[in-house]
Formats: sequence, C-alpha cells, structure tokens
Amino acid sequence: MWEYSDKVREHFFNPRNSGPLEDANGIGDVGSIQCGDALRLMLKVNPETEVIEDAHFQTFGCGSAIASSSALTEMIKGLTLDEALKVSNQDIADFLDGLPPEKMHCSVMGREALQAAVANYRGEEWSDDHEEGALICKCFAIDAVMIEDVVTANNLNTVEEVTFYTKAGGGCAACHEGIEEILAKVKASRAGPGETSPPPACPATPEAPKPPSKKLSIVEKIKKIEEVLESVRPMLQRDHGDVELADVQGKKIYVHLKGACSGCMMEAATLGGIQQKMIEALGELVQVLPSSHMPVEA
Amino acid sequence: MEPIYLDNNATTRCEPAVVEAMLPFFTEHFGNASSIHAFGSEVGKALKKARAQVQALLGAEHDSEIIFTSCGTESDSTAILSALKAQPERNTVITTTVEHPAILTLCEWLEKEGYIVHKLKVDKKGRIDIDEYKSLLHDRVAVVSVMWANNETGTLFPVEEMAALASAKGIMFHTDAVQAVGKVPIDLKNTKIDMLSLSGHKLHAPKGIGVLYLRRGCRFRPLLRGGHQERGRRAGTENSASIVGLGMACELAMQNMEKENTEVRRLRDKLEKGILSQVTHCFPTGDPGNRLPNTSNIAFEYVEGEAILLLLNKMGIACSSGSACTSGSLEPSHVMRAMGIPYTAAHGTIRFSLSVHNTEAEIDRVIEAVPPIIAQLRKLSPYWRDGGPVSAEQAFAPTYA
Repeated sequence: MWEYSDKVREHFFNPRNSGPLEDANGIGDVGSIQCGDALRLMLKVNPETEVIEDAHFQTFGCGSAIASSSALTEMIKGLTLDEALKVSNQDIADFLDGLPPEKMHCSVMGREALQAAVANYRGEEWSDDHEEGALICKCFAIDAVMIEDVVTANNLNTVEEVTFYTKAGGGCAACHEGIEEILAKVKASRAGPGETSPPPACPATPEAPKPPSKKLSIVEKIKKIEEVLESVRPMLQRDHGDVELADVQGKKIYVHLKGACSGCMMEAATLGGIQQKMIEALGELVQVLPSSHMPVEA
Repeated sequence: MEPIYLDNNATTRCEPAVVEAMLPFFTEHFGNASSIHAFGSEVGKALKKARAQVQALLGAEHDSEIIFTSCGTESDSTAILSALKAQPERNTVITTTVEHPAILTLCEWLEKEGYIVHKLKVDKKGRIDIDEYKSLLHDRVAVVSVMWANNETGTLFPVEEMAALASAKGIMFHTDAVQAVGKVPIDLKNTKIDMLSLSGHKLHAPKGIGVLYLRRGCRFRPLLRGGHQERGRRAGTENSASIVGLGMACELAMQNMEKENTEVRRLRDKLEKGILSQVTHCFPTGDPGNRLPNTSNIAFEYVEGEAILLLLNKMGIACSSGSACTSGSLEPSHVMRAMGIPYTAAHGTIRFSLSVHNTEAEIDRVIEAVPPIIAQLRKLSPYWRDGGPVSAEQAFAPTYA
C-alpha cells in the first residue's frame, strides 16, 4: 500500500467541502474515467470582488485524489481568482505533506480543475494540454509521455542524456530498461519508412577528462566550481532544495545541501551528479562531499 | 476490533503446524542434504517426505516429477523457457489475455526476442472459446500455458480438456495453478498436463517456496544450472525448512479440501448475496457458476477501488482491488479489461478471497460494513446523484475523458 501522510489520510477520511454546490457560478470538470480519476470543482465567485466565497468538489478517485480535491477547496476559499490561479500542483502536494510519486498526478488534476473552473466562470474555453503516460521513473515521478516528448524534441540518444534533461533515471536506475525502450521507439520512428536505422553502437567508454592546458589557479578553480553549482541550482530549487559551496580542500569539494535536499534519500545521487559535472568542468578528478563530512579542525 | 483477512488469493497466513514443522530445520537439522554425514541425511529424509506430500496433493505418478523452486514465478519462467529451449524448431506460445503477470510479462519479453505469442481472448464472463483454441494448435507451437484458476475472479479454465487437445497434437501443456492447488481436487496422473506451477504461500506454507511439476518424459532444459540438486533440473541448495513447511501445508490442504468446497463456499456465497442484495449498481465479475470456492470479485460502479479499500481497512477488513491506483498503472486490471467490464465499474472492483480460517461472524461483519462505505463514496462521486447514476443528458463528461 502507499505511504500516505497523516494529512492525506485525514482529508480522505474527513473530506472538506464535498458534494454539489447549488449556486456555483464556475465549474471545472477534468479527469478521465479510463484512468480512474475524475474531478468536478464548483466555485461560488463574488462578481464584484472576484473572491471565491465557497468551493465544493465531487471526485471519483483514489484516496489521494479525494484528499487533493479536499485540500484544494480549503486552499482557495477566500482568495481572489488571480490569487487562486497561483496555486500550483506542488502547493497542493505540500499542503498535504507530500504525495507518493505515483500519485502526484492527483495534485495536477486539482490544479487543472481550478484552471477549468476559473475559465468557466470567465466564459472562456479551457482545453487541456496535458497528456499523461505510464510512470517510468518512480524516483522523480517522470512519465513515458514526458520522456518521449523530450527525447523527440532534443534528439536524445542515451539514458544519460534523458536523465540530464528530465531527471528520469537519475535515482535508483531501475527504470533504465524502460528509458532505453522509449529511446529505441523514438529512434525507430525517426528513421522513417525506407530508412534503416544503423546498428546499435557499442556503448562508448566515457572519455577520460582532458587535462586543461594550464593548471588552474585556486581562484579560477573556485570560480569554475561556483559556475557548476549555479548551473544545477535551478533544478534543485524546483524540488524545494538548494546547494551552496562550503569549502574546497585539495581534491575534496564540500557543499551544504539545503531545504528539501538535506536529508533527502536522493542525496547521494544528487552529489554524484554534481561531482560528474565538476570533473568535466575542472578537468581533474575531484570528490564532492556533504559539508557534514568536513574534517573538524584540531 | 479483530482484523478480518479476506485477501487469501494475495497470500495466506502460515499455518502454525507448518511453522512448527519448519523450525527444527533452522537449528538442529541445519545440514546440507547433499552431505554424506548424519547432518545431511536427516535433511535428505525430510525432503523425501515433503516431496511425497506434494506428490499426493497433485496426484502425480512419481515423486521425481516434483521440482522445488523459489516461487510460482520461477516455476512459470522455467516451464515456458524450457519448452522453447528444448524444442528449437518451435517458436510459438499459446496463452490467454487474463494470465498472471508472471506469464504475461515473460511473454511480452519473448515477443521482443522474436517468438510468437497467441493470447486467447475471453468473453464477458472470462471464458475462452475452445474452438478458437483448437484452431491455433499447429506444429510450430512449443507450449500452451493456461492458468487453472484466475487470481482475480476465480474463474476456472478447462485445463484438463485443453491439455488433452494439445497432447493429441504433440504440444506441451503448462498450467499456472497457484490459485487452484489446495482449493480444487487435482489428479495429474489422469490428465495430459505436462507442467504445473504452484506457490507455497497461497496454501498456508511460507513465501519463497514453489514447485514445478514436470511429467516424466517431458523434454526439459533447466533455468538454473549448477549443482545436482533436484536431479540437476534446478540447481541451488534446497530451501529445506520451507520445503518441509510446504509438505506439511500440502497434507493439511488435502485434509481441508472438503471444507474448502463446502463451508468456505457457503460463506463466500453468503457474503456475495449479502452485498448484492443491499447495494445497487454492482455485480460479480467472471463466471460465478464455475469458479474457485473461496473467491468473489464484485464490481461497484461509479466508485474507485482504492478508496473502498482504505475505508474497509479502517474497519479492519483486508481485501484487494483491480483499480488502476492499486496496481500502480494508469489502467484498471487487465483481467477486467479483457472481459470488457466498463471503466466505471472496472475501477471499482473488489476481490474478497476467503480461507478455511474465516468465520461466520466475520462474514456478517463484512456484509454490514460494505454498503455504507459504497454509499459514502458515491455521495462524493460526480457520476452519482440522488441515489442513482447521473442521467445521460446531465452526464459528467470531463475534459480529456
């Protein structure tokens, strides 16, 4: 069974604002019976102030779908429409103290119902541009459609590239076979009719990092390290984490992992990824370690 | 509140007598059956006894036809891969659309490897078309693999008849019988079944032990090669404690066979009738006239299975569902889809699977608990209004449906 937070359980067992809202003036219907999740969000909006005075939901779905719907109605009551539209699916998941990766789509459905209901109130058409596929990477909750789109758009060829672009496969690595299948499928369609795809190349051994022409000065080295950290920060910040340089001691680079990154089960993978980039940027073998590993001075 | 366990098709509780029989094999009888000394020979004797106990439950002609494995999945993989490897001139596997993933996922991989897999379709009650089956039996077929009983609905396939038809054409027949063994009488020596898989933990033995029955004379290639254990057909030191436990469980299953088909069946029927008579818009799936005595799978329309399970769990009742959410995929159970159960119902399927340990009082409690749970969730459902499904003109038709 899923590991649901107490908050998810609480909102599932005692859903807030459930059932029809008779004087609703904005209604959003989203979801799909095929996937087993469907949600109707009903808003009562004050036409003068555009404040959401009441919000109700009806949901066909699992525990986290019902909990996400309940949470959403609680979060948006009393907000103006523009304020409400700033609520992201991550906000819904955070409100519930997190959702299992397989269940993040429940919060996405909540966010879409909100967009649909606001569009309905404003007399606009809302069309869903979100297509969902089978979950491939459970560590980072990345589905097949997302991977396929990114592979096609960026002409990717390796699992490593897919991990770099989407994070999929960057955790436990159990999904690498699944990612390879998607790569093969896209490659086959890329080849087109009549063309034959080249035989799969042997996996090339990663090239040894080329030594820089001149030895870097310590200032240049720190600058490069900072550049690498800057490049990975947006990715970590998306997951409510962050990283900062703590110290450099010879070949050891110590970093502070902050926010959601600190104590995260993916810490080792995150550091491993940063280390790989450091090695490429500096052209020498270095080790990236958490600041907690810094030697205590005597 | 005592919990009620109605998920015996998922796994069963180890019988205390089974555990008791196993315990000495962790401590005083720890020897390796292959050793010459006394430590080994004690274990060797115990394995021989267990093999005979399994043989008796399956009605196998020879005890050497019993090969101990680690689980039902290993037995399934061994059987199908052996049939293909031993008959390189044959490249086709016949199976059904409603098999367990232990078979279906293997078959998908075989297709990628270039083999041909025919999956027999089922009708809305989960039955295959025997004429379609007959038309597929040709000399390129290496093996037919058809489950004895379906794990979700309990529906029984006519495997003895199908095995006879395959045998007449010189085709090997394998059956995944993990749900059937111990629940329906089996007498392999009077059938044409060549291979059969069973799993210990489905019949009150521990997890991690299985059996592949292999008819004497059936061509075979091992999956695991190494030592001479199981006559070289399955290398690896014997899991002696679990084998002893499985032997004991098979003996108990023989003793309980009648109870399973009278008392358990009566309780299952009472449970099903009790629920169907109180809840509207629900129906049993599969073939109620021809199924395992312990299984009832009910589809509750307009509500989602995981939500039902969570509320049942809160009342101490354990069962399982064919909804997408509980399977971790985007679609409801492949068995429900194969039978053409509409999505509104397939997501709300609940499987109740009993054992000889369930009591009348427990069944009464479940009959009482289910109707309010369904009513509560239907109140939340956008497909439901005022005690019935939303009418066609007001039908809920969300974006990207």
